[in-house]
Parts: sequence; structure tokens; C-alpha cells
Amino acid sequence: MNRDNTKGKILLQRVGLIALFNLAMLLVLIGRLFYLQVYQAEKYKTLADENRISTRVLVPPRGVVYDRNGVVLAANEQNFQALIIAEHTPDIDQTLKAFKKIMPLSADEEEKIRKDILNNRKFVPVKLKDNLSWEEVAAIQLNAPFLPGIVIDEGLNRYYPLGSYTAHFLGYVGAVSEQEQKDDPLLLVPGFKIGKSGLEKAFEHELRGKSGSLKMEVNAYGRIMKQIERINGKEGKKLELTVDSRLQQAAQDAFGDHSGAAVVLDVHSGEILAFVSVPSFDPNLFTTGISHQDWNALLHNERNPLTNKALAGQYSPGSTFKTVVALAALEAGVINENTTFSCNGKMMLGNHAFHCWKHWGHGSQNVVEALKNSCDIFFYEVALRLGIDKIAETARRLGMGKLTGITLDNERSGLIPDKSWKQKRFGTRWQQGESVIAGIGQGYVLATPLQLAVMLSRIVNGGYAVSPTFTKMSLKDKGKIKKLPYSKKNIEIVKRGMYEVVNGEHGTAAKARFNLNGVKMGGKTGTTQVRRISMQERRNGIVRDEDLPWKLRNHALFVGYAPHDNPKYAVAVVVEHGSSGSGVAAPIASAILQKVLGLNL
Amino acid sequence: MYKYYEARLKNRTLTLKEKLFNISLGYVLCIVLLATIGVITLYSAAGGSWTPWASRQASRFGVAFGLMILMSLIDIRYYLKYSTVTYIVVLLLLIAVEVSGVVGMGAQRWIDLKIFKLQPSELMKISLVLVLAKYFNNCTLNNIESTGGLIAPFLMAVFPAALIILQPDLGTALMLLFTTVVIFFAVGVQWWKFALVGGGVCALMPIAWHFLHDYQKNRVLTFLDPERDPLGTGYHIIQSKIALGSGGIFGKGFLNGTQSHLNFLPEKHTDFIFTMLSEEFGMVGGVLIILLNLVIIVYGYLFAFRTSSYFGKLVIIGLNTNYFMYVFINIAMVLGLLPVVGIPLPLISYGGTVMLSVMASFGIILCMDINRDINFGRNSFNED
Repeated sequence: MNRDNTKGKILLQRVGLIALFNLAMLLVLIGRLFYLQVYQAEKYKTLADENRISTRVLVPPRGVVYDRNGVVLAANEQNFQALIIAEHTPDIDQTLKAFKKIMPLSADEEEKIRKDILNNRKFVPVKLKDNLSWEEVAAIQLNAPFLPGIVIDEGLNRYYPLGSYTAHFLGYVGAVSEQEQKDDPLLLVPGFKIGKSGLEKAFEHELRGKSGSLKMEVNAYGRIMKQIERINGKEGKKLELTVDSRLQQAAQDAFGDHSGAAVVLDVHSGEILAFVSVPSFDPNLFTTGISHQDWNALLHNERNPLTNKALAGQYSPGSTFKTVVALAALEAGVINENTTFSCNGKMMLGNHAFHCWKHWGHGSQNVVEALKNSCDIFFYEVALRLGIDKIAETARRLGMGKLTGITLDNERSGLIPDKSWKQKRFGTRWQQGESVIAGIGQGYVLATPLQLAVMLSRIVNGGYAVSPTFTKMSLKDKGKIKKLPYSKKNIEIVKRGMYEVVNGEHGTAAKARFNLNGVKMGGKTGTTQVRRISMQERRNGIVRDEDLPWKLRNHALFVGYAPHDNPKYAVAVVVEHGSSGSGVAAPIASAILQKVLGLNL
Repeated sequence: MYKYYEARLKNRTLTLKEKLFNISLGYVLCIVLLATIGVITLYSAAGGSWTPWASRQASRFGVAFGLMILMSLIDIRYYLKYSTVTYIVVLLLLIAVEVSGVVGMGAQRWIDLKIFKLQPSELMKISLVLVLAKYFNNCTLNNIESTGGLIAPFLMAVFPAALIILQPDLGTALMLLFTTVVIFFAVGVQWWKFALVGGGVCALMPIAWHFLHDYQKNRVLTFLDPERDPLGTGYHIIQSKIALGSGGIFGKGFLNGTQSHLNFLPEKHTDFIFTMLSEEFGMVGGVLIILLNLVIIVYGYLFAFRTSSYFGKLVIIGLNTNYFMYVFINIAMVLGLLPVVGIPLPLISYGGTVMLSVMASFGIILCMDINRDINFGRNSFNED
């Protein structure tokens, strides 16, 4: 009985312990609840929102690019896509089969589509085909009863109405590459395209616009339940260029089958009116995804359609450079209007002979005549007296030998050599003979077509240091253009020489002359050797340039301006392996100037 | 009133009226309150609809409530008298389930009685408590403190537990064993024996690990590190914590739980209902549930203290422990303190079996309390 009492007491003691234990454990639960719901509440609120809210980036339309007259050069075109939503079709195989009857799919495409369907949730639309034509869209809609689950969706594609005419300065857009910084949410949107070259790249910031966002509540399976918030983005700014699309097309067409480049500038402002590099390519191929075949054809074409020759092509300016040398010599006082040199076909320097292009010589030549006839001997003599540094100084002031600062990628600086350059580059002294060669724009001298147009503009506008631009200049900016220290008289002498080149009797570009109600052009031809001519050939003199393989023929150049008495427009034309400046380049420049005069801008 | 005191003093069987008068109102009120909160939460879980869960749960509770009252009115002596028979019958049912499971392929936990599914493991939780209470009631303290006296009750617990593990239902088996441990502790088994067995179990742990099913291993591993598999088994725990934490102090409001209604939270109407409730009603709601359960459990121990019979005390302790474990394991599990073992929150989670078993337990506890003044001796009823 005593033991029974003890048994009961022990039970009561132990029950007390058990009750305390239960109490303690439930307090632990309350403590944990406090930890999660008060101490860590913020963290979990964020996580719950991340679960619940799906943010979609709204893509703004890219800014439209216009020419100077409001003609659209780059637009956004509706892109119709066929999509399939798996949960809306009872039988995917049957639907795909029916779709293939209307739009054939390659085995690769079909495999990718099936993979996409498997990898996505059933309500996610999967792309079947994009860039559908109107006819294809109509066909799909007509057959809609047999195509359950297939919907048409429209997006925006960049489209260049003028295609290859504008490719080299507009550039094109393409997919964002792995390396590019993803600081803008737009760059993470699948299929988003950014400017990859040309003005599309240079003005990417303005053209892209600002993204909007759409916040939606989604459930655990990703299905959209409701819209929470919508922030509209800002569409890209429109871009108005100085280019005239009519002139651009005429200028490019003027080249025919030739390859080369041409730049037309407004001489007073530097505004670019036409910017040609031929052959060109169709930038629309890049937006819709260029085929391997097309890409290889572009890449391996010996005429380099992908290179923008107007600013990345460096050529010996040849005789077009004589305008620079003439101005430099007049300004330096080495010659005046009446100074003459006698040309008998060659000039000896030490025991080395420098030849004139005209083997029997031009006789006595002053500066105007020397320009008109493109007499090499005159300029050999002048360069010898002037020295390379004086020539280089003038050439650089006129915009050569350095980047023009145009808003496009891949511009090359050309080359204007001088004594210190030679010392630095080769570690040897400048030779007098090299000055002689530079005097006719050969040797080390290199220039891009764009630089030649700038150089000519700066001379014929009376010595104003205009710079090329694709965007219209404000009056204020025009007022800021620097005046170069050249006398009006000397500039007029050079211009008279250029007038004679075209309009004088037997001028080198006489065949390209025109007279539109008294408006004429001036200019300067240039033909530059691509290969050395051996003495043997010189003696035989039978191989005509036109008979050589294309790659070995001379480059043909012409810089021209109009109207002759009150210059407004300057053009530089380079025809690669065009054989003859007077025969090939000058007529192209003449056609371009006649066109621009006719447009009456 | 006079008759009631008379009965208490005379230690005789109570009349029906006396029994009803003796039922603890506070206890029953807490139970009804919890069940009501459960129905409301199920209404929200269905997105603000009585179907498919809330209305069925409400009618089930009605039936279970009747069962509870019925169990409380049964003559207390029957519980003592028939506990051994009941235990044997339930054990046979467990074996039957096991056999039919082997024959009928795959896991089998219930016997289909057409009207409801009888789950012998739930019955075993109650009948084991009763049979152990009877056994220890009949023991002397010397028996209890000797090792030999513990062999029989040990086998009584281990045998059904082993059958349940085979089902396989590790959670229920562990609950059964824990309840046994608590009863052993209550009757006064020496501390050092627990230490010895505890040490032995820890030593055997690595071996037991090999016998766990892959999904059970996964649950334990995922519990230890939920980020291990955030889209698989860890998903439940992570989403539960997010739902709880984002609920904050006052919750997102009734019907406004984003985690639950957007289906990020799995099993929101069964095992994870506490999470859903705490997402919508915040810490305030969660603490209210825990406190109500605490009151029910404290009531239980109060009953144990004031019951004069040793048998009655032990039955209450066993069943109360059982209930405590349901509550603690479920809530600790959704709070990320225990592995996800599939134990529902009684009275709140949707489901009939646990509701019936828990309400039956409450009925038995009430019966012990109603007849608290009836004392019966070690070996038989005190029937002077």
C-alpha cells in the first residue's frame, strides 16, 4: 500500500515534467513563428513578390530615320509570326502536319519547334515561323479551323526601304552579343536588336528609346492572373539626316558596275548629301537573319561590299592632291600666278629621272595651266622648292591625314607624311625625291574619299574648315566654323585652275563638262598606279591599262564642285581600278553634280 | 446538485445527467473553436468556397463531435475491461492490412469500409495507450523499476510499430514509439534506462539509415538543407517559409494569401494548412492556433492531476501526448524545424481519419475526467 502511494506520487511528478516539456516545445514554435514572421518578414515578403510578380519588358519602337526631305530611310516593319500554343491544340502532331501543308518546314526547323514545345509550359507560345508575307498570313487564317492552337502575332522588324543604297552609312541592326554590357533591361529581351554598324550604331542611344514594363501577377505554373502595373516606355527619337535620298540613289547608280566611293558635301556646312560605297549590300538581309550562303558571298567578294570605302578606303590621291600643293606653294610665296616651269617630259634629280605623264612634255606652264593639264613636272619643281613640311601643313589644315571626326565607326585617317613622321616611322631621313613624289599625291600620301571631299570643300568655300556631318547644322554651329589663313586671291587662282581642268580647251576632264544655264563645274582628275611600271614596259609602252586584269588597273579619281562661280557642292569620286580619272571618275562626278544642281536643294 | 456530490462521495457510477453535467465546457469550447477556424481556413483554401473542403469538413466535425460525446459517456470501467481485447483486435487489423498490402501490391494503410476508410494505425494509437495504462495500472512500482516488468509493454509497443513501419508509415510509427516512451517515463521508469536506450538508438542510427526508403532519406536530407533541391522536395519547405514570413505580424488578410492562392504553397488544405492560416492571419493567427492547442493540452494535464485513478491518469497522459505530438510535429514541420513527414494538424487539416481519431481520444479523456472520483484499485474495480 505504501508502495502504491509512492507509485502515484512518482506519476504526478513525472506528469508535471511532461507538461512543462510540452509547454516549452510549444513556446519554441511561437519563437520560431516570431523569427520568421517578424524578424525575417521583409526578406520573405520580397521572395513572395518575386514568386508572384512577373515583369515583362515592353519594347519601344526604334526611332525612324529620315533623309533631309522626310523620306523614310529606316523604318519599323510589322513582322508577322506564326506561333503555336500547345494547350490549345488537342493533337500537336496533327496541327503541325496541317501547318506544314501550308508552310513547309525543314527537318531542322521542325526539330527545334518540337524541342521548344517540350521545354516550355503548355500555355507558352512557341514560334513556328516569322517574317510571314501577307499571303502566308492570309493562308494561315483561312485554314484556322484546321490549325487549332496556331496564332498569328505581330512584332516589329527594322526595315530599310532603300536597301543597298543606304547600307553603308545607316548600317544595320542585329542581335545583342554575349560580350555587350547588359545595363539596359531591353538588351536582355530575347530577339531584341541593336545598331551593329553605321549610324544605327552611332545613334543607338537616341534611336533605342526607353523600355516600359508590365507587371503581372502569375501563379505557381506561370499563368498570368492579372495585370498589376503598366509603365509605358518612350519610343526612340527620330533621326533626320542631311542625305538626299534622290541624290544618294543617283550617285550610287552613276557608278554602274564600277566599285569605289563617292561623297557629296555642302561646301558651306559640311553636311553630307550623299555617301556612296559600291558595291553595297542589302541590310535587310541582316535583320531577318542572313543565310550562310549570302554571308559568305559578301565576305569573299573581291570588291569588298562590306567595307565602307568612303571612309575606310585609303587611296593615293594622285593628281587631285595637286590642288593642295598649288595652294601651299602660292601661300608660301614659292610661286605666284605667273611663275612658270618648263616641262620636257622628265626632271632629273641627282641621277634619277622623274617623268611627266606626258612623255613629250607640256612646255612652259604656269600654275593654272599646270592644274589644267595636270603637269607633273611643274609640281615636282614646286614640291622640291616648297619642302614636304609645308605641303603637309596645308594638307592637314584642309582635313587630310587625320580622322574627320564623322560619327561613324571604322574611319581611317589616311596619311600625310612629313620629315618627323619618316624619322619616327622608318628611322631614316626624308629624301628630296620623296617630296617630289608627294607633290603629285603619290608615294606615302593616302587619303579617303571623304577626306578628299572635305579638302575640296575647304578650298572652294573660301577657306572655311567645315567638317562632314550627317545631321543638320544649326545656324549657331555654322557660325563657329573656323576660317583658314588662306588668301582669297590664292584660292581663286587654284579654283581657276580647276575650272580650266573641266572647261578649258584640252583640259584633262574636258569630256565631263556641262553647262546648265551657265552653271558649270570645276575639278581635278587623278589617276594613281596600283603597281610599279617597269622600265621595260615604259620603253615598250604597249600595255594599255584597260587590258590589265581588274586588280592591277589604276585607280581613277576626281574631285569636283559646282557651281563654278559660286561653289555650293563638292564631290569626291574614287573608282577602284577604274583606269582613268578623266575617262571614268570625272563623268561619274559630273553626273552627280548635275543631279544635285537639278534638285535645287 | 445534491445527487452529484452524493455520487462523488459515494464513489458510485454516475447517472447520464451527472455525466453530461461533468463535461468540461472550456475544453469542449476550445475544440469547437479550433475546428471552426479549420473550416474557415478550408473555405479560404478553396478560394472562398464551401466546396470542396469546408462544408464536408464541417459535417465531419459534426459526426466526430457526436462520437466524442458518445465516447465520454461510456462506462469508464469498460475501457479498463476491454482494452486488452481491443488491442488484440486492432493488432489483427494491422496484420490484415499488411497482408492485403502484400497481396494487393504497394502501400496499403486502410481497410475500406465503404462508408469511411478504417486506418488501423490510428486505432492503434488509442488502443496502445489503453492497454499500456491497464498494464501499468496492474503493476507494482517494483515491477516497473525492474527490467523484467518492462519487457511486456515494450513488446506491446514495438510489434505494432514495426508493422506500421512496414506499411510504410514512419511518421505514425515514430509517434507510437514516442507516446510509449512518454508513458514509460510517466510511470517512473528510471532515467538511466532512457539514457541507455537513447544512446543505443543513436548508435544504431547509421544502420537504420540503410533501411529507410529513398523518399524518406530525401525528406531528412532536404530538411537538413532545403536549398539542396529547391524545385524538388525542398520546394515545400522553402515555399512554406516564404508564405509564413511574408505574412508578417497581421497577415495578408482573409482570402488574400498570395502564396496559397497562386498555388506556390503545396498541400495548403492538408499538411500545410497552418502555413496558409499564418500567411493570411499573420503571426497573430498562428499564435492563436498554438495557444488554443496549448490550452487543450494544459486542460488534459489538469484532468490527469484531478483524476483519482492511476489508470485514468495514464490514459489521459498517453492520449494527450499523442495529441501534442500531432500539433507539435505538424507545426514544427511547416516552420522548417522538422522534416516533412506528412502529419496533419488535427481539427484544422482537411481529412476524416485523423479528425475521428483525435475526437475519439478527446471523448476518452473527457470520460476519464467525468469519472475522476471513481477510484479503482490495482487489480480490479473498487466495487464496495
